[in-house]
Amino acid sequence: MSTAEQAYVELRKINKHYGEYHASRDVDFSIDKGKLVALLGPSGSGKTTILRMLAGLEQADSGDILIDGKRVNDTPASERGIGFVFQSYALFRYKTVYENIAFPLKIAKWNRADIKARVEELLELVGLQGMEKRYPNQLSGGQRQRVAFARALAIQPQLLLLDEPFAAIDAKVRQELRSWLRELISRVGITSIFVTHDQDEAIEVADEIIITNQGRVEQIGTPLEIYQNPHSAFVAKFLGRPSELTDAGSFKGFSHVEPGLTALIRPEYVSVTKKNELCKYPITTEDGEVLKTAFRGNAIEVTLRVRDQEIIAGRTLNEPLVEPGEHVNVFIHSMYVLKGDITFYAQNGVLISENYTYI
Amino acid sequence: MELRNNRGPVKWFLILLSAAFLVIMLILPLAYVLVTAFREGIGVFVRAVTDSNALRSILLTLEASVFAVVINSVFGLFAAWTLTKYRFKGKKLLSTLIDLPLTISPVIAGLIFLLTYGRKSILYPLLHQWKISIVFAVPGIILATVFVTFPFISRELIPVLSAQGTDEEEAAALMGAGTFRIFREVTFPHVRWAFLYGVVLCAARAMGEFGAVSVLSGHLQGLTTTMPLYVELLYQGYDFTGAFAMSAILVVLAVLVLLLRNILEHRGGKNQEGIHQ
Repeated sequence: MSTAEQAYVELRKINKHYGEYHASRDVDFSIDKGKLVALLGPSGSGKTTILRMLAGLEQADSGDILIDGKRVNDTPASERGIGFVFQSYALFRYKTVYENIAFPLKIAKWNRADIKARVEELLELVGLQGMEKRYPNQLSGGQRQRVAFARALAIQPQLLLLDEPFAAIDAKVRQELRSWLRELISRVGITSIFVTHDQDEAIEVADEIIITNQGRVEQIGTPLEIYQNPHSAFVAKFLGRPSELTDAGSFKGFSHVEPGLTALIRPEYVSVTKKNELCKYPITTEDGEVLKTAFRGNAIEVTLRVRDQEIIAGRTLNEPLVEPGEHVNVFIHSMYVLKGDITFYAQNGVLISENYTYI
Repeated sequence: MELRNNRGPVKWFLILLSAAFLVIMLILPLAYVLVTAFREGIGVFVRAVTDSNALRSILLTLEASVFAVVINSVFGLFAAWTLTKYRFKGKKLLSTLIDLPLTISPVIAGLIFLLTYGRKSILYPLLHQWKISIVFAVPGIILATVFVTFPFISRELIPVLSAQGTDEEEAAALMGAGTFRIFREVTFPHVRWAFLYGVVLCAARAMGEFGAVSVLSGHLQGLTTTMPLYVELLYQGYDFTGAFAMSAILVVLAVLVLLLRNILEHRGGKNQEGIHQ
């Protein structure tokens, strides 16, 4: 975590209401300079509100917003030194690509020659040379995003805010744009915060993830930390594609778990083997019935019934197919056990005795 | 969208019905106006429309229309901007009030102004003192025309502006652009065609306004008689050729406006298509 000297952006006890609706509750976090941070949460969790307050598009009811050590609550949006990329990109539809990117520079009263040089530099940066005379409606979604990006970077802001930057783009291009954006942001070296509801996107792109839920910050950490070590029930449920089990202690290998607790199991923590396949730990393996299978492109998702509960697991395409109705061996490696709002990680007893690691 | 039953008799029946309706309601009367206007030869027509009273009425109509268009352009732009880009209490009420002239009978509107600014009004001594005459004078006619036409421009702008949202404005504001600049460079280009379309409609309505103007005009020949009033005057004086000659001019103006409207709609439509993402 960051120390106070390093923190470039800091929110302290931010609260925001829209009428009766409490959009931000004691939001508290800090971001180091140069980091690419994702605000991740379901829709309505308050992530966009945080972004808009940082930008100065909304006013916080209470609390402090600090950018580069200065309190900016009362600084107008245009003087906060930020670039903002809207979800819709908000390109000026009646201006050409050139005019769009030049607009913030014109407002900042740059002279004509400097504007021209800067716009050309930016066009090169985002790879849109030769497109300056086009209008936004003559561009593809990805190209529009690039223009929005160039425009946001025009006046060399110290902080870049992006609201759902990939939401308006089709899946195929999205993948490509993610790595493009990641690479570009690291090349420019600008502190960036983006909002997303897509966990894959956050995990893949961000250095650090801030998970929001019902206006609160649930957890902050690197993608790996958050994924492997969810602190709250919400985070555990939100990440991955977990199945929820009641009475986790009744499953084989988990007798060390207090009885009656609920647990979450991610598909990757479950091994499914056919009855005739080799099974490593037969003692702690459950019998399961295949309810349905679904082809997911790079894997086959298998829905199982184990001890009358449904578990989702995966099988690779290299393994023989399983059929609905078939009985299989199900080995659960680990699960997140929920106790109140606390989550703890429980491993299959066989693995614990083997490794001598107690958690 | 095309109905599946494209070749059926229903289609032809509907086309025929519409055509018949248009011929009876529009084409026949309009043609008749033109024919009657020129029945006694072009000389009579020219004499009728170059009569000094006729010329004055044409000028007055143009004057009132220009005022209506200018005033309502400014008002319409501001009203539409306010109603679509800001949230405030009483917004619905304001929006409803703008439509009032469409629902009120023009004669009543005229009477309202007559009562408000006429001799019986409590405002009258003040107006008299300042030597402002509204009733039975040109300002009254302009006032009535402006009133009757004031929803036209804002009504064209509001749907376009609200469909557009506020993202582009927000983006511009974030960059530090002032309100006026945002309006001129970001918002106005969106509504340009709708605005011109509104201007055309407003002008058309202003030229043809009869009821409200009739009440406020006092029918002073050569002073407060607009074209529609002058047509009525001639007609009541059994000068049918004159009446139809003047009408012919109004008809020609109306057709011109219609053409202009179609051109604008076409261009605006093309623009809109291009924008669609």
